[in-house]
Amino acid sequence: MKRRDLLKTMCAAGGVSLVGGRLGAEERPPTAPLADRVGVLVDTTKCLGCRMCEFACATANDLPQPEASIDRSVERQTSPTQWTVVNRYETAKGPVTAKRQCMHCLQPACASACLTKAMYKEPEGPVRWRESKCMGCRFCMVSCPFDAPKFQYDSPVPKIQKCVMCWERLEQGERPACVANCPAGALQFGRRSDLLDEGRRRIALEPEKYVHHIYGEREVGGTSWLYLASVPFEQLGFPADVGETPFPVYTREFLYGVPLVLTLAPPLLLALSRASRARQIAEGEEEEER
Amino acid sequence: MTMHLVDGGRPRFGPELRRFGTFLLGELKPRGRLLTPFNVITSAIVLLGGVLLVIRFAKGLGSITNLSQDVPWGLWIGFDVITGVAFAGGAYVVTFMVYILGQEKYHPIVRVTVLNGFLAYVFYAGALLLDLGRPWNVINPIIGNSFGVSSVLFLVAWHFMLYMMAEFIEFSPAVAEWLGWRRVRRVLKALTLGAVIFGITLSLLHQSGLGALYLMAKGKVHPLWYSEFIPILFVVSSVFAGLSMVIFEGSITHKVFHHRVGQRLRATHDDILRGLARICAGAMFVYLFLQLIVFVHGQRWTYLGTGWGAWYLLEIVGFVGVPAALFLSGFRKGRLPVIRAAAVLTLLGIVLNRLNVSVIGFKWYMAERYVPTWMEIVVTLAVISAEIWVFRWVVNRMPVLSFAEVDRTGEGERRVDIVAA
Ligand code: SF4
Ligand code: SF4
Repeated sequence: MKRRDLLKTMCAAGGVSLVGGRLGAEERPPTAPLADRVGVLVDTTKCLGCRMCEFACATANDLPQPEASIDRSVERQTSPTQWTVVNRYETAKGPVTAKRQCMHCLQPACASACLTKAMYKEPEGPVRWRESKCMGCRFCMVSCPFDAPKFQYDSPVPKIQKCVMCWERLEQGERPACVANCPAGALQFGRRSDLLDEGRRRIALEPEKYVHHIYGEREVGGTSWLYLASVPFEQLGFPADVGETPFPVYTREFLYGVPLVLTLAPPLLLALSRASRARQIAEGEEEEER
Repeated sequence: MTMHLVDGGRPRFGPELRRFGTFLLGELKPRGRLLTPFNVITSAIVLLGGVLLVIRFAKGLGSITNLSQDVPWGLWIGFDVITGVAFAGGAYVVTFMVYILGQEKYHPIVRVTVLNGFLAYVFYAGALLLDLGRPWNVINPIIGNSFGVSSVLFLVAWHFMLYMMAEFIEFSPAVAEWLGWRRVRRVLKALTLGAVIFGITLSLLHQSGLGALYLMAKGKVHPLWYSEFIPILFVVSSVFAGLSMVIFEGSITHKVFHHRVGQRLRATHDDILRGLARICAGAMFVYLFLQLIVFVHGQRWTYLGTGWGAWYLLEIVGFVGVPAALFLSGFRKGRLPVIRAAAVLTLLGIVLNRLNVSVIGFKWYMAERYVPTWMEIVVTLAVISAEIWVFRWVVNRMPVLSFAEVDRTGEGERRVDIVAA
């Protein structure tokens, strides 16, 4: 399937549930502007905490089925065998449940950390991992602000595991498994720009219900997954201190400096060495004269 | 060297080849007593390390390490690679002083320092391979089917490789002398300056690059150690880390390989140490000044009251400030024991600093701390032991601690002292 068609189908699939209905009409160039990549809007006020998404994710990605009964009081983390988890948080407004997974950052730290391009952001938005390229250095794990990539420490042929936004399903024009299986309609798939509009609309309609903040709109330069909530996001275990700077920017300055040093240092060193040699020869001659 | 194959500088085929073979075989045999305590202990460690590595490659990293989803890089990266490479910084600093600044005084230690640097890269940077989950794919970023050029690690990996080559070229004249290949030696010697210039450039970049690896770990490294200046702090500290290693290792080598040390080095060794002490002190004061700027810039005083603050002060004052003062006084009064003590303190301080960034202060907010398993430690010790073995083998055979220097002013060679047989 050609990329352009792919994006179209993907958006058509997600667009069904979207307001506005201005999707899929116009042809988009294969490199759609950042804002028009696909994503998912999670409305935690609608989330029932039923964990259907966990099970759907496991089925869609050939992972072992998650434990049926869990201790709700511990905050679980995603793992190599579970790419998404639903946790319950006791907040000022009562218990809130929220699903977590890779945020599919617009400028992913993991992909810019990866020296083999195994971690890779598709132009359409999902951040994928490619087995044939990865060398298992785990720099992606060190760099990811959300600690999304997980590593199979118990395997001699380890993989990096994380949510890939059901890339294969998207290619077939379907929505991610979690979105398709959420009975509460808490998850919505579509173009990121439309999801943002939808999020803002919901906040405007019920300003007392929501905190006026869409998590992921600006965090780390923007993420493809966006969240709405009734309480500040720190209370839902989201890192509050990640900032709005895209993470790759933190190393950009250093990397820009590299070619500079590579071109400037050698001639400088050569000149220095010439100068000191000339000095030595001069000194040598002086000694001879004496 | 007892067997020379020199014959117009090149070995001839046929009988020469056979003789060359016997020569190599003879050289491969160990020298000296075999059953020394050092040999017995290191052999046991290396054997055990080997067994552990078999388990590690058969069952995955989790089988022998305490690494976790939260702490993906532990002792092997934090100590072996990041600290080891800082310690190997002496090679670029000393080649800079000798070949670029023309400070002939340091010439007698060039070879041993470069050899040390080279082996450190082979073994410690090589330890990176042990830590890779999928090491067979390590060729991907090299052969170019997947260039992740936006990755700092990509840069570091490439520079490790290129720098190893540069250091090998810098050291190769010693190998050629050992083999008695005069002409080859001349060609290799001509490459030295180029290799040195290239090597210094690469070193500046990957020493800082090791720090830059942590720039994206913003929020994970404790704020007392995280700043956008980590790369600069890493380069500057690699100067005195490397030179302290040269002082430390030189003092030991001088004793252990006494019979291999040439006259010139013997005569000037103390003087060299004093010179190095002065440079160390200078670099350390620059480093302290930079740390102060970073401290103020990052408004770090808020953390000083915490346990982390005390730990930070211990590192900066106890293991940078104190040794810097010791270096200075050791240099002024010409007291070698003080200089040696300062070198040891400095090395400990570098271990502290690198581990604070990479392991101890990493995810400092987590209740569950990463502590390496004894198996991770054994593998680390095995890597160090193997490196020492190779170092010893080379020093006992090749002209490393004693060699004829090429007069930099031109006119051919000046035999400085006789190569010990
Ligand atoms: S959340 Fe982490 S793994 Fe996911 S795209 Fe962002 S940086 Fe990559
Ligand atoms: S572990 Fe694999 S995916 Fe992650 S940075 Fe390393 S090579 Fe890339």
